[in-house]
Amino acid sequence: MNSNHISGAEIVIRCLHEEKVKFVFGYPGGAVLNIYDAVFKQNKFKHVLVRHEQAAVHAADAYSRSTGKVGVALVTSGPGATNAVTGIATAYMDSIPMVIISGQVPTYAIGQDAFQECDTVGITRPCVKHNFLVKDVKDIASTIKKAFYVASSGRPGPVLVDIPKDITAEKYEFNYPKSVHLRSYNPIIKGHSGQIKKALSLLLNAKKPMIYSGGGVVLGDASAQLTKFVRTIGAPITSTLMGLGGFPASDKQFLGMLGMHGTYEANMAMQECDVLLAVGARFDDRVIGNPEHFLSKPRTIIHIDIDPSSISKRVKIDIPIVGHVVSVLTELNDLLSKEKTKQNISLKHWFKEIDQWRSTNCLSFKNDKKLIKPQFVVQTLHQVTKGDAFITSDVGQHQMWAAQYYPFDKPRRWINSGGLGTMGVGLPYAMGTQLAHPDAMVACVTGEASIQMCIQELSTCKQFHLPIKIINLNNRYMGMVRQWQEFFYGNRYAESYMEALPDFVKLAEAYGHVGMKIENPSDVEPALKEAFSKKLKERLVFMDFITDQKENVFPMIPNGKGLSEMITAEDL
Amino acid sequence: MRHIISLLMENESGALSRVSGLFSARGYNIESLTVAPTEDATLSRMTIVTSGSDEIIEQIIKQLNKLIDVVKVLDLNDGKFIERELMIVKVKANAQYRDEMKRMCDIFRGRIIDVSDSSFTIELTGSSSKLDAYIESIDKAAILETVRTGASGIGRGDRILKV
Repeated sequence: MNSNHISGAEIVIRCLHEEKVKFVFGYPGGAVLNIYDAVFKQNKFKHVLVRHEQAAVHAADAYSRSTGKVGVALVTSGPGATNAVTGIATAYMDSIPMVIISGQVPTYAIGQDAFQECDTVGITRPCVKHNFLVKDVKDIASTIKKAFYVASSGRPGPVLVDIPKDITAEKYEFNYPKSVHLRSYNPIIKGHSGQIKKALSLLLNAKKPMIYSGGGVVLGDASAQLTKFVRTIGAPITSTLMGLGGFPASDKQFLGMLGMHGTYEANMAMQECDVLLAVGARFDDRVIGNPEHFLSKPRTIIHIDIDPSSISKRVKIDIPIVGHVVSVLTELNDLLSKEKTKQNISLKHWFKEIDQWRSTNCLSFKNDKKLIKPQFVVQTLHQVTKGDAFITSDVGQHQMWAAQYYPFDKPRRWINSGGLGTMGVGLPYAMGTQLAHPDAMVACVTGEASIQMCIQELSTCKQFHLPIKIINLNNRYMGMVRQWQEFFYGNRYAESYMEALPDFVKLAEAYGHVGMKIENPSDVEPALKEAFSKKLKERLVFMDFITDQKENVFPMIPNGKGLSEMITAEDL
Repeated sequence: MRHIISLLMENESGALSRVSGLFSARGYNIESLTVAPTEDATLSRMTIVTSGSDEIIEQIIKQLNKLIDVVKVLDLNDGKFIERELMIVKVKANAQYRDEMKRMCDIFRGRIIDVSDSSFTIELTGSSSKLDAYIESIDKAAILETVRTGASGIGRGDRILKV
């Protein structure tokens, strides 16, 4: 054996060093003990020990969402891998670049129903961009290189590398490839120039142009290019839940979020426009509702996306442009500046129509003297943090209120599970975000149901001194479930009431954190100010806001209805 | 409409399940699927017979292209192509059926590849519809066993699917 041979486990670690990984989120176990021994002997990245593998993957996912870098998680075989699946599926649905390394039983034991064995590659296949089972120590380095390349290029996504224990013990020389080429994988970067020209001319000659931007703009780091383009062309813009922050929310051209709980003006403009430019968005069911209703109104649709399969999936596209959003938007901006063309048609009438929709003030709500309105908490959070915090959320009503009442001016500030809608992500998302941005304000807007799905991570937060502020909008209901039961199931609140809730203040204190219970509207602002004060800067603060139980999220497009068929608070 | 999709993919373990998993996960039809290595041992060639509207077929092609192990995809129906399937069928060949089975085999240009006192084993190739037609043409009661490979297809003339 050569003297420069190192163990497979050490090769894994060296690969992560080569990729300049700063954090690995994980949980040890039998099949990854060799790898953990190598983790112990290095100090180039920090290992963050979570309390459940699901949280490791969520935290790595949020690290990626908030930085744009590849998140890394490390889990053991069997239950370690199956616990990671929810996290992987969550990242997959939102196209988050991640590498998950899972241990596997030794190669000779595979298929023998060995202790903690499961077919990890088989189980994760439908929820990863790609996965690998490494069967030879010689292949570890090239496989990990491929994993990082595939995860971060094209339409990003999670990639899993399953490594049997004996492979991590065997020795081989470390040689990390500088680049990899896969003959079967060549993501398209540059959009078709002819199509781009056609798109621009359509937009410039539109009476009612509309821009609809999605998560692709955030993931592709195209916020600057998009903002420049939209401001030059002067058209109104809306954004999906995943795209929030891709264009500054405080800009007057921004109509707010669209979709099931989007603003009245955004949904109406989306329905009524004559030329629609979709950028890194995918016309999903929560965004356009019923596609037939959407298509009942004639309009020309231009769609920029890096993934050809996103184009014409739910809605037939007239001008498809496959390419990286930055590349395509840069080309559009260049064309605009060269041609010194401006809008050929005045958009005054279009904005007049939009202003009428805006005047419905669809997000207004009545504050109450006795009951805390959840919207008010989020508004106050925005005010206290001056709109400059990273906001993570779980899934449900609180998520929608956070999206509606915390306007984001910057990308990568809004961290939530859009596609899969995974309850429980909020706290681990805040962990990954806070570790990536140690000096930033990180708030987790959650509910008493969601927070309990990963509550054990309060312990991780203690260990790693993460001063997250948890905004628990506690209405004693699974709020969104209750809302649907109220609207569509005759007020039969089947299993949506949260009974036997813990005393969250004591719970937070038991984990070594600061707990606060806020029951009066007049205490909301002082409490938030205190939580974000210098005094508590280093501390995790769990704020249990006892909110109005009956509050619903408006506007709302009922399932299967069209964009212009919203119900607003006044309708009921 | 029925489509025959040909694809080249990395000859690696798990590649087949990525393709079949895609079809089941997204609810696409598979009428038949055949796969075997090509002259280049690193590549497998797969032929999938499926059906669906133009939009669905377009999505199937795009989703197949998206799989990392898939190198090239071709919808044979986009041009002229040849389709062949092999069927081996065991039929009764007792006194009652012996002559008729020999005759039908000749009509469909099959070959009898095994003979016993009471049965013939017949090899037939052709398009899937020709094989269907054979089955339709003979007495159902005479069929003892059938096995079909599923269709393989190749473009006509200069239409070549190669890396």
